[in-house]
Parts: sequence; structure tokens; C-alpha cells
Amino acid sequence: MNGTDRQPLLELRGLYKSFGAVQVLHDVDFAIRAGEVTALVGDNGAGKSTLVKCISGIYGHDAGEIRFEGRPVTIHNPRDAAALGIEIVYQDLALCDNLDIVQNMFLGRERKRNVVLDDPTMEHMAAETLAGLAVRTVKSVRQQVSSLSGGQRQTVAIAKAVLWNSKVVILDEPTAALGVAQTAQVLELVRRLADKGLAVVLISHNMNDVFAVADRIAVLYLGRMVAQVKANDVTHAQVVELITAGRSGRAGEPGATENGNGSDRNGAEA
Amino acid sequence: MTALQTRAEPPAATATTAPLSSYARDYLRRISGGELGALPALLGIVTLCVVFTIADPIFFSAANFANVLTQGAAVTVIAMGLIFVLLLGEIDLSAGFTSGVCAAVLATALANWGVPWYVAVLAALATGTLIGTVLGTLVAKIGIPSFVVTLAAFLAFQGVVLLLIEGGTIISITDPVIWAIANRNLPPWLGWLLYVVSVVLYAAVQLGRRRGRSRRGLARDPMSLILLRIGVLAVGAGAAVYVLNLDRGRAITIQGVPIVVPLIVLLLVLLTFVLRRTAYGLHLYAVGGNREAALRAGISVDRIRISAFMVCSTMAAVGGIIAGSRAASVDANTGGSNVLLYAVGAAVIGGTSLFGGKGRILDAVLGGAVVAIIDNGMGLLGLTSGVRFILTGSVLLLAAGVDALSRRRAAHVGLR
Repeated sequence: MNGTDRQPLLELRGLYKSFGAVQVLHDVDFAIRAGEVTALVGDNGAGKSTLVKCISGIYGHDAGEIRFEGRPVTIHNPRDAAALGIEIVYQDLALCDNLDIVQNMFLGRERKRNVVLDDPTMEHMAAETLAGLAVRTVKSVRQQVSSLSGGQRQTVAIAKAVLWNSKVVILDEPTAALGVAQTAQVLELVRRLADKGLAVVLISHNMNDVFAVADRIAVLYLGRMVAQVKANDVTHAQVVELITAGRSGRAGEPGATENGNGSDRNGAEA
Repeated sequence: MTALQTRAEPPAATATTAPLSSYARDYLRRISGGELGALPALLGIVTLCVVFTIADPIFFSAANFANVLTQGAAVTVIAMGLIFVLLLGEIDLSAGFTSGVCAAVLATALANWGVPWYVAVLAALATGTLIGTVLGTLVAKIGIPSFVVTLAAFLAFQGVVLLLIEGGTIISITDPVIWAIANRNLPPWLGWLLYVVSVVLYAAVQLGRRRGRSRRGLARDPMSLILLRIGVLAVGAGAAVYVLNLDRGRAITIQGVPIVVPLIVLLLVLLTFVLRRTAYGLHLYAVGGNREAALRAGISVDRIRISAFMVCSTMAAVGGIIAGSRAASVDANTGGSNVLLYAVGAAVIGGTSLFGGKGRILDAVLGGAVVAIIDNGMGLLGLTSGVRFILTGSVLLLAAGVDALSRRRAAHVGLR
């Protein structure tokens, strides 16, 4: 893959965010490219969730710049993010158990004819989206979500994010609650999203998952982006070291990180 | 990890018609999974009818049938409104006295201000909507639990009714139009005409939807199931209209479908349409099912919650108008005593969950029928008030117990 040359689809530059006296994000640079899975890793409290919430518009940021397709953009709320094509799949899924798959996928953005819900169109689009992701585990799109397994729910949540011709999909711990087989299914789906040309951000604690699908790995440590490297260039142990100590023998060095943003800051850290 | 792939059916994009037998199997599976739907209410209606008929054959007469319908009308309509609030997992304990306040407004407007009936009705409905707005705002914006807000309103509205009717007096309702709502009947020909129109419309909607779905290659219900539905409606409603069109008077001729019946059918269709076919209805279910998910989907949760209380109180106003019409008067007890309990009971017996996220308007009609039959039958048997209160309380508890158990069963089977 020749990702290094590609222009980032979404880019954060020098992002700062604090809650009162607590500085949660400190001068964070982060670049996401289309067609790649970028893993965002870090210990609890490193600022992963805050970073995602800044991107999704749930939080504003204090300083810094967000660029989308090369232009600076402002994201005030989740609707702004959705309008740009940024979708987030949250850890707790945010699905309604008492609604069916179609209703969940279109929730808040229903297709209507006059005031009446256009169920046939929505059902058709939902089925097409699932088929396009080669999802074979869901029997009927009119199934209630309460009857689905954890992996199927995750699949629906991801399909919901893809439905809107989104360009960036951010997945928050999608495999945290899943068994082995379902984890494999979901990871496969994550890979497929990137292969379809989407920019995928995978937040995970699980190094096996990360190395299974990620093209790049970005490491947050105490609110600073300490490394953004190609997955091929680092080992398990080095990433773990970066997560826990904020630096690693080789991977933390300026020369080892990719060209462009992030490298100088890593040098300052190390 | 690419090797792992569970084998299952492809998503039902191109599926067509499943046979009727698979629907029957599905239905049985849902029931054994705790999704009882209309079953308890229907069983209740049949059982109660058999028991009361054996105890007193008068129960199974045309006159009493019409009686049950008009007796249950007000509670059923209040229950319809309550379902909107129950869908969110909230409760409105003041719905009964809201209906009392609105009935008092109606009666006062007619008797003291001398306005035409439609102005009085509008005033009553507007009062209901206003009450709902206030209750909903207190719950959604201030964050007081609905249980507390409406318990306070329950007490306060009793006082409002007393003030409106100036102490212990009774205000008579003499307006012929208002009086007719719960006391007059449609001419038999009009009953049959409405029956034919309803059945034809229902059939047209069912068949039209099926054709629309099959044109787009979506899964559709089997024709036999649709014909079965239309047939059940045609036979059931036809029998009811036939019986109601029999002469049930003793000295004078009394026949025809009571006017409240088409009114309830109209509300049933209208509110079912709102809940099932509009985005607003879907959002009510979404907020009741998972408020956080609804919020993230960009649904204005506060507005949905306020609106549910508005619908509930407005429907309570309609119930109050029906109750006032039936009694031809409004007094301090209108909408009081067991009206609220009956209405909540009707919704729950019909299958609406007290935990939110589950319920249909039809539940109010089925449950309302059960409640009306119990009330009517116990009256015919001449049971004392003490026994009647205990029995009604037990039925309510039974229904709530079925709700809670079916929820646990569903969790066990993995349906919820």
C-alpha cells in the first residue's frame, strides 16, 4: 500500500482541549487517510474518547485546526460531522432494542413521502447496504435489534454508519464485548470498509485486533500524540511500550515515524 | 481471520412470500418468548364474557353490549393518550382528573358562558393541551420525575375541578350535540355504510401495501394472511354492527351503533397511523427504547417527551367530554375515583409495557374492553363496592405481573 504519499482525508493540527484545569488533549496532530485503517490506541484516560468527541462535534476544541479534504472546517455538532461524512460507531452502540434493523439504521434521518415513512425505500436501502458489506449473518432487515447477537448488533451499527455515503468511520472499541468468532467477523468488516475506500479509525485496547487490520497506528499518551507509525514498522512490544511509557526504543524516534506531522513532536517527547 | 465466515441466509433483500405456516410458527415462537401481544386481552375478554353470561344471561344481550361500549369509551380514550406517555417509560397519574378539569371547562362554557358546543369542545381540548404542555415541560426541562409531577397534579386538579364547579354542585350538560356523543346511536343504514367503507378501506390499504412491496422486490405477507385479516375484521365488525342494529329498547325502539363507537375507531386509526407510519411515532418508540441512542440520532428528546404529555392530556380531555356526555353532567367526581386506574389498567392489560418502548393504540381498545366488561359484569352481579375494588385491583396487578414476567421471559430467551 502506498498510503504515505496520499493526502490525508481528515487532519487535526495542534489540537488542544481542556476541561477546566485539566488539559486532556495537548497539541495533538492526527491524520487519517482514505482506504486505510488507522488504529488509535492509548491507555485509559489518554484522551482517545475526547479526541473522537472533538472530531464528532460533541465537544469543541480550545485551539488547533481540523482540516477535511485539505480545507479547514469547523464542526460544531454531530450534524456538522455527519454532513462532512464523518460517522462514529460508539462503544455502547446506540441502537434501540425495540426497533428493527431498518428503523435503527435510519433513526433520525428517516426517508419520508410527505409525512408518511417511506418504509419500502428504507428497507431496500438497508438491505443493499448490508449486502454491499457482504453481511451474511442477518436473516431479515425487519428483525428487532433485541433478537440480534453482539456481533450482529455491531454489524448493524457499522452498516448504519456506512449507509450515508460516509467518508470517515470511527469505531470505538467495536470488539470489546465480542467473542472470538464475532470479533473476527467485525474485524473483517472493518477491513472491508477501508478496502471500499473509506477512512477508518479503529479505537482498540486489543493489540491483536490492531495488528490484524490496521495500516497505521496512532498512539496517545497522556493527551499527547506520541507516535503515528505504519503497522508494519513496529512490533507488538513497541506499541505497548508507547502506550504505557509514551516512548519506545526505536518507534519513538523521529526518524522512525512517517514523514510529515507528528514526528517533531515525538522527538520533543522522547 | 479472513477464513472465518458464518454461513447463513443472505439478508432478505430479494425474499418474496413466506408461507402462512411460517407466520404461524413465528407467532408461536414470539408467544413462547414472552411477546404475548393481544393474547392475554383476547383471552380475558372471552373468559369474562363466558363467566358473566353463565352468572347472569342478561350480560349477553344486545342492550348490555351497547352499554359496555359506551361505559368503556371514556376510559379507552384516556388509555389511548396514556400509551404515548407509557411508551416513553413515563406515567401520567393526573390523566383522570385532567379529564375531569376539561369536562368541567366544557360544562362551564356551555352552561355559564352560553357558547356553542364546538367552542366549548375546543376550550376543553385546549385546556387539555395546555395541561400536557405544563406537565411535559416540568418533566423534560426541569427534570422532575413524571411520577411526582403528575401525582402533584392529581391532587391539584381535584381542587381545580372543585373550584370550577363551585363547591359541591353539579353542572348539567343540556346541549343536544354533546349529549348525543355517548347517548345517541347512528341510524342503522349509516352504521352499515360506515362498516362497508371501513372494511373496503382496510382491504385497500392492506392490498396496496402488499403490491407496493412486491413491486420493489421486498418480502411481503402471504395473500392468505392478508385475506385472513380482512376476513376477521369483516366478520367481527359485521357481527357487532348487526347486533347493535337490533332493537334493544323495552318500550321504545332503540337501535343502531352508539356514536362513540365510530369516534373510537377514528381515534384508533388516526393515532395508530401517527405511531406506526410517521417519523414522530418512530421517535417516540426510539426515546422509550433507548433515550441515549435517540439523542445521538439527532432526535429532540425533550420535545418528544413534552409532546407525549400533550397528546396524553388532550386525549384525557376527549375522554372527559365523553364522560360528561354520558353522565349529562359534570360533578366533583368526574374523572376521579378509579378512572385513572382503569385507564392505566386498560393499557397494560392490552399489552403496553410500563417499562416503555412497547405498546400500540389497539392495546387501549382491547384492554378498555376488558376493564369495561369487568366493571359492567360486576355491576350486573350486584357485588358490593368493597368486592369490586378488590377484584379490579387484582386484575390490574395481574396485568402488570404478566407485563413484568413476559419482559423477564423475553430477556431470558434473548428477545430483549
